[in-house]
Amino acid sequence: MLSKKNKEALFNPLSKDNPVLVQILGICSTLAVTVSLEPAIVMGIAVITVMAFSNVIISLIRNTIPTTIRIIVQLVVVAALVIMVQQFLVAYNYDVSKQLSVFIGLIITNCILMGRLEAFALNNKPWPSFLDGIGNGLGYSIILVIVAFFRELLGSGTIFGFQVIPQWCYDHGYENNGLMILPPMALITVACIIWVHRARNTELQEN
Amino acid sequence: MDKVKPHFMPGGRLEKLQSVYDGMETFLFTPNTTSQTGVHIHDGNDLKRTMITVVVALLPALLFAMYNIGYQHFIAIGQPDAPFMTMFGYGLLALLPCIVVSYAVGLGIEFIAAQIHHKEIQEGFLVTGILIPLIVPINTPLWMVAVATAFAVIFAKEVFGGTGMNIFNVALITRAFLFFAYPSRMSGDAAFVKTDCILGIGEGSVIDTYTGATPLGQLATHVGDTLQLNNVIGEPITTCDAFMGLIAGSPGETSMIAILIGAAILLITGVASWRVMASVFVGGLAMASLAHAFPTPTYAASMLDPISQLCYGGFAFAAVFMATDPVTGARTRTGQYIYGFLIGVFAILIRVYNGGYPEGAMLAILLMNAFAPLIDHCVVSSNIKRRARRATVK
Repeated sequence: MLSKKNKEALFNPLSKDNPVLVQILGICSTLAVTVSLEPAIVMGIAVITVMAFSNVIISLIRNTIPTTIRIIVQLVVVAALVIMVQQFLVAYNYDVSKQLSVFIGLIITNCILMGRLEAFALNNKPWPSFLDGIGNGLGYSIILVIVAFFRELLGSGTIFGFQVIPQWCYDHGYENNGLMILPPMALITVACIIWVHRARNTELQEN
Repeated sequence: MDKVKPHFMPGGRLEKLQSVYDGMETFLFTPNTTSQTGVHIHDGNDLKRTMITVVVALLPALLFAMYNIGYQHFIAIGQPDAPFMTMFGYGLLALLPCIVVSYAVGLGIEFIAAQIHHKEIQEGFLVTGILIPLIVPINTPLWMVAVATAFAVIFAKEVFGGTGMNIFNVALITRAFLFFAYPSRMSGDAAFVKTDCILGIGEGSVIDTYTGATPLGQLATHVGDTLQLNNVIGEPITTCDAFMGLIAGSPGETSMIAILIGAAILLITGVASWRVMASVFVGGLAMASLAHAFPTPTYAASMLDPISQLCYGGFAFAAVFMATDPVTGARTRTGQYIYGFLIGVFAILIRVYNGGYPEGAMLAILLMNAFAPLIDHCVVSSNIKRRARRATVK
């Protein structure tokens, strides 16, 4: 079930081969959906689901897809899955789906997705592809959650909508940092995470 | 100093603090070593002297800022006849904590970064540290100044490689951070005049007609066809007041006279580029004249005549002390004209036509900082092309 290769497919994307930190993919949605934790987590789950199942489906039919039209086939599969996720969200968590607005739909254009389909699912069997999809989705979601945690804490003083910075601080002059709500600060937060990550994994540093 | 030196050399007890020692020694004394080999003919004009010159040029604005903070306070509480020294003392006490915080945080980070990288401490923060209190509204809480300074020094300076390597002006990044992070503290009527008493000086409550609005703040919210700017207690002011500097605003920016003295010092010593400075004013005048040619009540600032446009707000201060920053600006001569002109144009453009930002100088300079390398690149490559053509014609 979990041979060495499969383990690598599942766990490498969490840190050493993280799609956001190392490959710098999927930055756009990372900036857009991380203002607070709840939409970030929902977005993460949506991406994990779409990525895992599109990887499996493409892997299953990988030998029958003509190479000349493979991108179109991948897009059709991904689009179908994204629409399913979107409808599911609208049905069961309408508020969050409104917050995420177009970004659920834009999972279709998420570079991580197409990258994994091209680089992994087209050449591997369904089970490793499934694990690879889960791993990359998780790697993306972890970063989303870390960024959203800091942005929500410093930008709104809340975690999951609950006030965590005590009123006492506000009474004594503390104020929420409005810049944290704006996308540029998400970019700087990601940069800080990359900074820490490279400092801990010296083999990733470029000269 | 020499007695403790061995401790700081490699192998000594305090080896880790070598750059601190080195920084203090060269700051206080002239190094007693000379070059042993090769030809070394150069001016004694090093980074320290350049930086100190800029600080000296900032002194008139700084001293005037202290007086004006006091003056604004005392007219706000209805005592315009308070003695000069009381006003000055009040301003000194109001501004000093901000200067101390800005230097402590900024230099602290610079020292730590120098220790980590085993480099000498550079003097770049000397100017930045005095610019920050001068461009931040007087009522900004000190912890916000500290956070913003730390952010700017780390993310706008140290990550790019320290002094001389930064892409954006560090003092302006500090202000921009505050502006976007804590907008309520950075604009509006409560930001620019200190009304509470400090250490028993300036006791009293504000009088009824007090508004606290700066001239540009009034322009941003102005309604109607006729334009009359007022001071903080609602009395009319003229461009002459703005030239003198007895108006509300960020501490350093109000007095055109003090800024012009600083500009003279910078130009006579050759520290700042007159090309940049002049072209910023030309650009500002051009855009202000264009705006004034089509005055409309929708954009109240377009009803100001071009000269007043340059006197109000932070335009002159930014033009003299921040557009001329040699690190972040354009370096080719032609490039400097283009760079300065566009700063002037954008500053007035943002001020007049963007209601969200009462003052545009900060954003204009940051924007052109980003474009300065591109301008230089175009100038250099067109120069190369022109010379290549001349060479091949023969």
